[in-house]
Amino acid sequence: MTRLSSLFVKESLGLGAVLLGLVFLFGLLSEHFLTLLTFTTLVNQIPPLLVIAIGMTFVLIIAGIDLSVGSLMALSGATIGLALADWQLPLALCMVLALLVGAFCGTINGMVSAYWAVPSFIVTLGMLEIGRGAAYLVTGSQTKYLGQSVEFIASPLPGLGLSPALIVALVLVIVAHLVLKRSVLGRYLVAIGSNEEAVRLSGINITPIKIIAFAFSGCMAGLAGLFHVGYLASADPNAGIGLELSAIAAVVIGGTSLAGGRGSVVNSFLGVLIIAVLQTGLAQVGASEPTKRVITGLVIVLAVILDAYRHGAQNWLGSMVRLLKPWGRSNQA
Amino acid sequence: MTAQTGEPLLQIDQLHKSFTLPVLQGVHLAVNAGEVCALMGANGAGKSTLSNIICGRLQPTSGDMQLAGKPYAPKSLADAERLGVRMVLQELAPINNLSVGENLCLRDLPSRFGFVQYRQVEQYARQALALVGLQDLDPATPMHRLGIGQKQLVEIATVIARPCRLLILDEPTAALTDPQIEVLFQQIKKLQSRGVAVIYISHRQSDIETIADKVTVLRDGKTVFSQCQQFTTGDDIISHMTGVPVTKQAPFAVRPVGDLFLSLRGITRPPLLNDINLAIYRGEVLGLAGLIGSGRTELLRAIMAADPVPESSAGIMTLAEDNKPYAPRSPVDAVAAGIGMIPEDRQHQALLSALPGSHNITLGQLSDVASFGWIKHHKENQLVRNYQQQLSVQWADPNQPVSQLSGGNQQKIIIARWLLRDCELLLFDEPTRGIDVQTKRLIYTLLDQLAKAGKAIVVVASEWQELTTVCDRIAVLSQGEISGVFNRGQWSERKLMAAACANFLATTDAETTSNHDAIE
Repeated sequence: MTRLSSLFVKESLGLGAVLLGLVFLFGLLSEHFLTLLTFTTLVNQIPPLLVIAIGMTFVLIIAGIDLSVGSLMALSGATIGLALADWQLPLALCMVLALLVGAFCGTINGMVSAYWAVPSFIVTLGMLEIGRGAAYLVTGSQTKYLGQSVEFIASPLPGLGLSPALIVALVLVIVAHLVLKRSVLGRYLVAIGSNEEAVRLSGINITPIKIIAFAFSGCMAGLAGLFHVGYLASADPNAGIGLELSAIAAVVIGGTSLAGGRGSVVNSFLGVLIIAVLQTGLAQVGASEPTKRVITGLVIVLAVILDAYRHGAQNWLGSMVRLLKPWGRSNQA
Repeated sequence: MTAQTGEPLLQIDQLHKSFTLPVLQGVHLAVNAGEVCALMGANGAGKSTLSNIICGRLQPTSGDMQLAGKPYAPKSLADAERLGVRMVLQELAPINNLSVGENLCLRDLPSRFGFVQYRQVEQYARQALALVGLQDLDPATPMHRLGIGQKQLVEIATVIARPCRLLILDEPTAALTDPQIEVLFQQIKKLQSRGVAVIYISHRQSDIETIADKVTVLRDGKTVFSQCQQFTTGDDIISHMTGVPVTKQAPFAVRPVGDLFLSLRGITRPPLLNDINLAIYRGEVLGLAGLIGSGRTELLRAIMAADPVPESSAGIMTLAEDNKPYAPRSPVDAVAAGIGMIPEDRQHQALLSALPGSHNITLGQLSDVASFGWIKHHKENQLVRNYQQQLSVQWADPNQPVSQLSGGNQQKIIIARWLLRDCELLLFDEPTRGIDVQTKRLIYTLLDQLAKAGKAIVVVASEWQELTTVCDRIAVLSQGEISGVFNRGQWSERKLMAAACANFLATTDAETTSNHDAIE
């Protein structure tokens, strides 16, 4: 029990408190917020963002970044549309195809960035355009209605209130968390993010490990595409525009460092929940879309400042002070 | 030396500092103007904490500090610098993409309307570089082109070119060659004659004897010894550092040399290595000597395949036992052939600073502690505990990030990583850089044990004494070529130095010799 708690609870306490605080706050402000309906609506709309955030955590931990996930999600959805509606393939095969498309593009991201030492920012920025363009090509820029055959994926199961998509996403949170904390692969990912050169000089082949991180992120984007198709009951080539930034925001709120070497999937999950609660809560309070965005932005920055403060208060404050000071006195000395 | 009247420039009484555990528990220190005070102590004795407090990077928990008779409590590095207290850090932090000149002036770039005045930068940089004997270095050279020794000198120049009253030097000579040290000492003497007080942190006996007026020893966060340098001996200091009287370190007994393990023929890696022929035997500690930039590190990195092999490189390496050619393309191949390397630059090339000691140790051999890709914690803990005891690593617990450990403990952790892999050939690059005497001895003993167990060992070191203590054979490199190989008993410091300078003296134009003119 103590080991379980140290594995899942300890480092998530702060974020959990923030989340509860937000829930409490919106509960006070809106009488509809603390209802079962709000809860099921809220949790059943997070699976696409959640699985993308899981993949993004892996990529950020090795000090990479994946900007292509929103586009890959659309491409994967488009692929399902094409395979299901035009080719009349069985649904199970379409699902596998969606995951494969995501994983394939992610693998390309990883290979280009690992073999040619191109920064992942650039590679995945390219993939962002390529994926989006491909999604338009596949669907002829039209939203394809798929109807009931896919709707069950994102609909709450009767009696349970959770959709199959959410259940899969939650299982993935636990598995990915364990992989990161307990597996050899997870150890390598964190080590590479901490000091890539040291790991390389230790005689460990880092290339496949980096590729796996990007392939996993792509695969998760593919899965998100599947969930999103279920949610809309159609394949939309415009899906997920800007989603990569929401995912990065969620992961960073969860305390994963953009510099690599630190991060946790459970905390990314809490980050996703915080963003979702903010969105739903603000909407219920009656905030306009622009206000929602301003507040979400503020919360992201605040969360990161808090986290930086928690991880070395002195260093952080000191460097802020040093950053501000030299300009004032540069001509005196 | 002079002006002993009145109170000391810096007076510290009953200084305490605790993080989670107490680190300093009652430190006394007094340094007079114009005095060089050597500060010594084992790893974790509190030297770094103390110097960080003096230069304002940390604040004490309690205690009294006075600078020139006035209460002194700097809140930041800038605070301390305003009062004339400056420090050269042990871990270098140059900005590699900027030029040497820009690095020198970085705190205070001469500018007009926001544009940098490069002529002033150059002028200032030339003066500053001359102070540390680098007058031939072009200030426009990018920082990343310099070797680690030159970087260290630039860092020192940055600090001593500005007016100061109290200078703290933390292991300034760790990366320097003897001629460079000579120049540094001349500068310190000059500062001294101007009344600057110097706190000199070092583990090198020879440095202390040459430069220090007073020796202060810390142990477990307390001042245990403080006396004039003339009246102290090396064994005195060591016994105060350890708390037990010690016996003198003798060279190790001669070991029987084993079979040939790896032979290098005509290894050429332009522009740094040229036609290297060398045989590496089991059961032997082979030393590589040479000045900074002579190609010692590059040779180790070539064996380890740490860098991509450049075009127009040549030569054959052979693993003698299977008579197999050894042409590694990456460290992965080197490890597969049973070869490992402990690099010189711990921070950047070996440590995972933010991660626990246990993760750092098992990094290379996770297959031993995992089954089906999952790490078995009890197995890992067991293994880590074994190596922690074998190398007497001191940490609060195995989950403490290694960045919080002392340099000596960090080095032990890196060595444990490679011992765990049971390599046949281990390449040590400056294994005792910035490490206290006790850990040094432990590492020397370890080298001896490894050689006795039939491993092949190669050691790169800048301290002659270190090489002559641990090595059976010393190969000297000069400008990328082997200029001499000496067996035990055939060498003397003079012979080694002559070989190290061989190719420099052959090209006796003023340009190349001026940096090394301290050689007889």
